[in-house]
Amino acid sequence: MTWLLVVMIAGYGIGAVGALTLGRSLFVRAAATSGAIIGAGAAFILGSANLLSGQTLTIQISDILPITGFALRLDGLGAFFLVVIGLLGVPVALYSFGYSAAYEGRYSLRLIGAMLNGLLLTLSLQVMADNALTFLLLWETMSLSAYWLVVTEHDQPGTLQAGGWYIAMTHIGFAALVAMFLLLSGGDAMSTSFAAMRANALTLAPLARDAVFLLALFGFGSKAGVVPLHVWLPMAHPVAPSHVSALMSGVVIKMGIYGLLRVTLDLLGGGPAWWGALVLAVGTVTALLGVLYALMEHDLKRLLAFHSVENIGIILIGIGAGLIFRSYGLMALATLGFIGGLYHTINHASFKGLLFLGAGSVLHATGTRNMEEMGGLIKRMPWTALFFLIGAAAISALPPLNGFVSEWLVFQALLGGFNIPVPEVAVAFPLAVGMLALTSGLAAACFVKAFGISFLAIPRSHEAEHAHEAPLSMRIGMAILALACIALGLAPFSVVPLLGGVLAGLGGLPDTRSVFTLDLMVQAPAGFAQVSPTWIGLGLLILLALIPLVMRLMHVNRKRRVSDTWGCGRIGQTPRMEYTATSFAEPLRRVFAELYRPTKELSIDFHPESKYFVKSIKYSSRITPLFDRVLYDPLLRLIQRISRQVRRIQTGSLHLYLMYVAVILILLLIAARWF
Amino acid sequence: MIVTGYVLEIAQVALALLLAPGLAGFVRWLKARFQNRRGAPPWQPYFELRKLFGKEVVMSNNASWLFRVAPYIIFASTVTVTLLVPMIVAPLALDGMGDLLMVVYLLLLGTFFLALAGLDPGTAFGGMGASREMTVAAIAEPTIALAIFSLALSAGSTNLGRIVTQELANPAVTVSPGHLLALAALFIVTLAETGRLPVDNPATHLELTMIHEAMILEYSGRYLALIEWASWLKLTIFFTLLANLFVPWGIATTFDPAALTLAVLALIVKLAVLGGIVAVVETRVAKLRLFRVPELLGASFVLALLAVTSSFLLK
Repeated sequence: MTWLLVVMIAGYGIGAVGALTLGRSLFVRAAATSGAIIGAGAAFILGSANLLSGQTLTIQISDILPITGFALRLDGLGAFFLVVIGLLGVPVALYSFGYSAAYEGRYSLRLIGAMLNGLLLTLSLQVMADNALTFLLLWETMSLSAYWLVVTEHDQPGTLQAGGWYIAMTHIGFAALVAMFLLLSGGDAMSTSFAAMRANALTLAPLARDAVFLLALFGFGSKAGVVPLHVWLPMAHPVAPSHVSALMSGVVIKMGIYGLLRVTLDLLGGGPAWWGALVLAVGTVTALLGVLYALMEHDLKRLLAFHSVENIGIILIGIGAGLIFRSYGLMALATLGFIGGLYHTINHASFKGLLFLGAGSVLHATGTRNMEEMGGLIKRMPWTALFFLIGAAAISALPPLNGFVSEWLVFQALLGGFNIPVPEVAVAFPLAVGMLALTSGLAAACFVKAFGISFLAIPRSHEAEHAHEAPLSMRIGMAILALACIALGLAPFSVVPLLGGVLAGLGGLPDTRSVFTLDLMVQAPAGFAQVSPTWIGLGLLILLALIPLVMRLMHVNRKRRVSDTWGCGRIGQTPRMEYTATSFAEPLRRVFAELYRPTKELSIDFHPESKYFVKSIKYSSRITPLFDRVLYDPLLRLIQRISRQVRRIQTGSLHLYLMYVAVILILLLIAARWF
Repeated sequence: MIVTGYVLEIAQVALALLLAPGLAGFVRWLKARFQNRRGAPPWQPYFELRKLFGKEVVMSNNASWLFRVAPYIIFASTVTVTLLVPMIVAPLALDGMGDLLMVVYLLLLGTFFLALAGLDPGTAFGGMGASREMTVAAIAEPTIALAIFSLALSAGSTNLGRIVTQELANPAVTVSPGHLLALAALFIVTLAETGRLPVDNPATHLELTMIHEAMILEYSGRYLALIEWASWLKLTIFFTLLANLFVPWGIATTFDPAALTLAVLALIVKLAVLGGIVAVVETRVAKLRLFRVPELLGASFVLALLAVTSSFLLK
């Protein structure tokens, strides 16, 4: 399997070098795309081969990094995330060939191509890192290459600010991770290999273990976009080029999930129930707030970004439930929770990747991200519309697509909550069930809005009226992901045992490959419940074929006449009479007004003669997200105040600065002597 | 034996399809009687179906292929649900194909496409209906999930056949507080999901408060027939769930012809009783303002939460 690793690294390398050195822009794009396809394809095969064979791949190169060397080890957990990276990497690379053509002459194609390959390379190696130094080095490289991709359209308003937020939040998280690894490495021995840390974690004091867990939750949570650390996500994901948005939402934020599992489950080997309860609570809040803010969003890509926050929440609900069950020794249920979380991870990568690529095609065709200026695109871009519809149905957890399967697994894990002997913990489960159900219901409402307003009815702007279908490479990219959504929905019977294999042995979880049956059914442990999305999908398909057939046999009237939309006697329908995204979301905005606290501004300009004649009406409404209001605005004000104070000692005088240096140096020398 | 099971599945689907228009017509007729009107006969919906299937379709020129496909998806997803809900026999041959969560999400699939089809012709009416339908569906979702939780707690499964057989084996469960509270919660949700008063008014076409009727305003001919039939079927499914999950007696547990005949009769009686209750409710209460509906559904959520907590503590 080592040769696959070499092919993977070589593929990305050729892609990056080719993009940087080739002359014509067509060649630059082709090199970046083909390199990334080879690399991501190899990553996918490598991951799958590892999952199927169960072998662990270990590589140690001591010369590259000082002290500990560059250590790679691919186990089941890493292989699963490698499969996710490959699954999304290939279509994204293909899509970027067509999508970045529009960037020619405006932005640097070389930088985009090289950075895309660099990001994929660091992601693919990240899941294999086997010591803290390798992990942190790759983590930082990944964050920085993602940053360069985010600020591609640097001359657009808001891009640099979004990049700034992203880089700040990711570094706050990075600091937490460094502290976490320092605690885990056990102080003086400085053994940074994961194997040593695993041994070390057993001897750590409970308080230190708690600290490691909290730092991991904070550090990885900031990458994953967990509420309240999510603020950068709805800013940074929309402004990036769409294929990068897909990669960031689909894979990059999942590295937070990977890290959390690696540290809490693998390195620490699980912990007390309150760890799981905390993750469960954070996940529930993240899921609900994510979808609630998505509902109010009319920027198509920002809407999708808020849904990424929501889905990270759902993944964390599964993981949190798993951690709680594990702490009570309910291993089968624990595995079910983790499997639900992991399954949702790969599902989210496929449907959110698909939706971002679809949104990118719309942006490519209309030049706008504002849903209120779209409409009628289903007729002008039928393929994109179909793919987006599949993605929308999948993310709304509608059977027989993949979102349903993973939410079903998470639901089943939560329903098992009554097995917990401690009532105080167990009552959290019904609440989580209710909130998860509300989340998925609201997600369905949100995607009716997203698809209905953008793709259906009459075009709302000149650009939407003259939209064009996406080029072939972009369509193929979307088609691959749409097929993945369908396949993952119909074949849970083969995916679930694989995930069971991934988890076997981590944190003392048993090998449950045999617990889940393979006969086209997915069964919760102990025969609690079973479903077969495969048969249901087949049944739906048969019925869809049967109904028109029966109708034909019964001699139903098959005539169809096209006519004007009925307008209560009015003739001539204009787009201004359509329901807008804002009006669609209005009922829910009223229901959740306590949370949104919308501010309204209405100014009516009357005719001077009579107030019954209106010259113009101006209406504007704004929503400030909760955490911006209560957390970040005060925090930013505080930092600014401190900065102003600090500025006093900076006079610009070189002599003064030299004196500062001298004083600090002397103080440090004294301190060194002292200790 | 196995073949009989599958034959029964098909027979059950046929029975549901056959009963659904009659049930809707019965509720309408009874309501008219309560209101001192003569009303159309209970079998009127059958005539409506025949009329609609015989008429040509008039489609809006703004509508796309989605508008043409949606009725089939709505109908197919609702019929698939009737394969999973035990109406006359439990457990069904296909009981393991889907549980209560599958039932809920299959119905959501129909709602999803109905709302999209409402938006497709580009009228304000359609958009209004779609927006309200999705709002109500989303807010009803947690109540349904918690009611499922509460049922699953006592039966040890979310599969419908198992819940019914467990209750038949252990009748005391059906009068436990958790069960009764869950029944109350699901009854409110049934009114909301099937578009009955006080949430939606099935009898009106031109009122700013309408939800379901607003979405299907542009439909005609065979498409309208399919959608109407699917919504009557949905009413039948929800009534059957209320009847057989909370009062399971009468349902057959074997394929014995006498038991099956009894089960069909019991089902018809149960549906008629529930239809009568809904007719009384619809006569007694006025339509709620749209923005008061969340309060009603909030109350049902609290009932469901109480149901779970009490099943939990009494377990």
